[in-house]
Amino acid sequence: MKKVCVLDYGIGNLKSLYNAFKILDTTPVLTSDHKKIKDSDFLILPGVGAFANAMEKLKKIHLDEAIYHFIDQGKPFMGICLGMQMLFEYSEEFGVTDGLGLIKGNVIKIPSKNKKIRLPNIGWNKIIKSNTELSNNSILRNIRSEDYVYFIHSYCCKPQTNENVIANTVYEGVKLCASVQKNNIVGLQFHPEKSGKVGFEILKNFIKN
Amino acid sequence: MKKNLRLISRIDVKNNFVIKGIQLEGLRKVGDPLLTAKKYYEEGIDEILFIDAVASLYERNNLFKIIENASKHIFVPLTIGGGIRTLDDIEHSLDSGADKIAINTQAIKNPDFITEASRVYGSQAIIGSIEAKKRGNSWEAYIDSGREETGIDAINWAKKLEFLGAGELLITSIDRDGTKKGYDIELIQLISNSVSIPVISSGGAGCPEDIISLSSETDTSGVAVGSILHYDDYSIRQIKAKMINNNFNVRK
Repeated sequence: MKKVCVLDYGIGNLKSLYNAFKILDTTPVLTSDHKKIKDSDFLILPGVGAFANAMEKLKKIHLDEAIYHFIDQGKPFMGICLGMQMLFEYSEEFGVTDGLGLIKGNVIKIPSKNKKIRLPNIGWNKIIKSNTELSNNSILRNIRSEDYVYFIHSYCCKPQTNENVIANTVYEGVKLCASVQKNNIVGLQFHPEKSGKVGFEILKNFIKN
Repeated sequence: MKKNLRLISRIDVKNNFVIKGIQLEGLRKVGDPLLTAKKYYEEGIDEILFIDAVASLYERNNLFKIIENASKHIFVPLTIGGGIRTLDDIEHSLDSGADKIAINTQAIKNPDFITEASRVYGSQAIIGSIEAKKRGNSWEAYIDSGREETGIDAINWAKKLEFLGAGELLITSIDRDGTKKGYDIELIQLISNSVSIPVISSGGAGCPEDIISLSSETDTSGVAVGSILHYDDYSIRQIKAKMINNNFNVRK
C-alpha cells in the first residue's frame, strides 16, 4: 500500500486527513520523523493558524529541509490551507515572514472590494478552474467548476504570475487563488478533507499521481 | 452578489444520546449522536456542531469519543462545545478530530482563556459561544447551558469576544431554542452588526422560511438547526432548495 505522510508539527486537527487517507486504501502516517518522511510515497503539509508560528515550528525540527529533499526526489507533495500559503516566498501576516519559497508570490490579507467583509472566510465556495492545460491535467481534472469546497482563512496567496494557478474562487466579490500546481508540488487553499465527496475526489487524484 | 450561507446541524448531546429540549430545558432523547450525524452528512449538511448539554454543570466532557468516531465517517467541519475549560481540553478536541471549539462558560469565567486559546491554536479554531436571554429591552449572556445568569450584556460580550480573539460566534437564543417559533432576528441583527467575524445563529428554526427571514434581515453567515431535522419535519434537501430559491449561495 502507498505510504502517505502527513507532517505532524503540532498544528490543528490531522485526524480527518488521516481518516480520509485510510478510507482511500493507503497507509497514512502522522509524523515529523525524517526517516519516515523520506520513506513515504506522498507528503502532505497541513496547517492552520498563524503563518509565523507555523514556519517557526517547521524550521525548529528542520522539516523545511525534509520538504525540499522530498520534492527534489520528484515525489508528489501537497500543501493544504496554511500549508499552501507556506509554499510562497513570504507572508505579510503580522509583519513579514519568509515562507518555503517554492512558488513565486506572497501571502496577503484577503482584500475587500468596497465594503467591509467578514473575516475569516469560513464556508463553502465554488471552484473556478483556470481553463489551462495544466489545470485540465491537474488534481482537479475531474472536478467541475460548479463544485463547492470548504475554506477557512483570513489570508490568501498572491502568485506572481498565473502560470501555476489551477483554480480560483470568489468570496464577497473578490477573486482568490484556490489552488496552485508546479511540477510535483500542489497547493490547496481549501480543506479537501473537510469538503465531503468533492474533497475525496481531489485526494484520490493526488494519490494516483 | 449572492450571499454565502451555511446550513449547520446542531446536535446537543447528554450521556451519549442526542437530546432536544425547549429553551434548553426538559431534555428528551431523540437518537444516537453518531448515526444522526452520519445521516445528516450523507444528506449534505455543511457542518456539524456537537454540544455537550450538561458538561459545564458536571465539569466533564463526554464528546471526545463521539468526535473521534464521527471524524472517521464524516468529512465536513466538526465543532465541539460544552465543558471546554483548559488548553488541554482544546488539544484533546483537535486530536479527536474536531476543527473548531465552542467556548461559553469558561470564557465568561476567564476571558483571557479565549486570547490564549486563539494564540496557541489560531482564531479559526475558536468559536465564542453566547447563550442569550431577553431581559426587557436587552439580552443577557447565560452560562451552564442557560441555567446561570451573568449580568453581562450579550451584545457587548459579542464585541468583547471578537476583541479577545474568537474567529467566529455561535449565538443561541435561549428563548427560542426548541420552540420552532423562528430565530431571534433582533438579537442576531444587533450582534452581526456589531462584529466583523462570522456569526452562526441558533435557536428557533421551525421551518425553512424561518431561515430565509433570518438570513434576509441579518448578516448571519450560518444557520444552525436542531429540532426540524431531528423530528424529520424537513429534509436537508428541502431546506437547501428553499435557500437556493431565495438567492443564497449554498453548497449543493
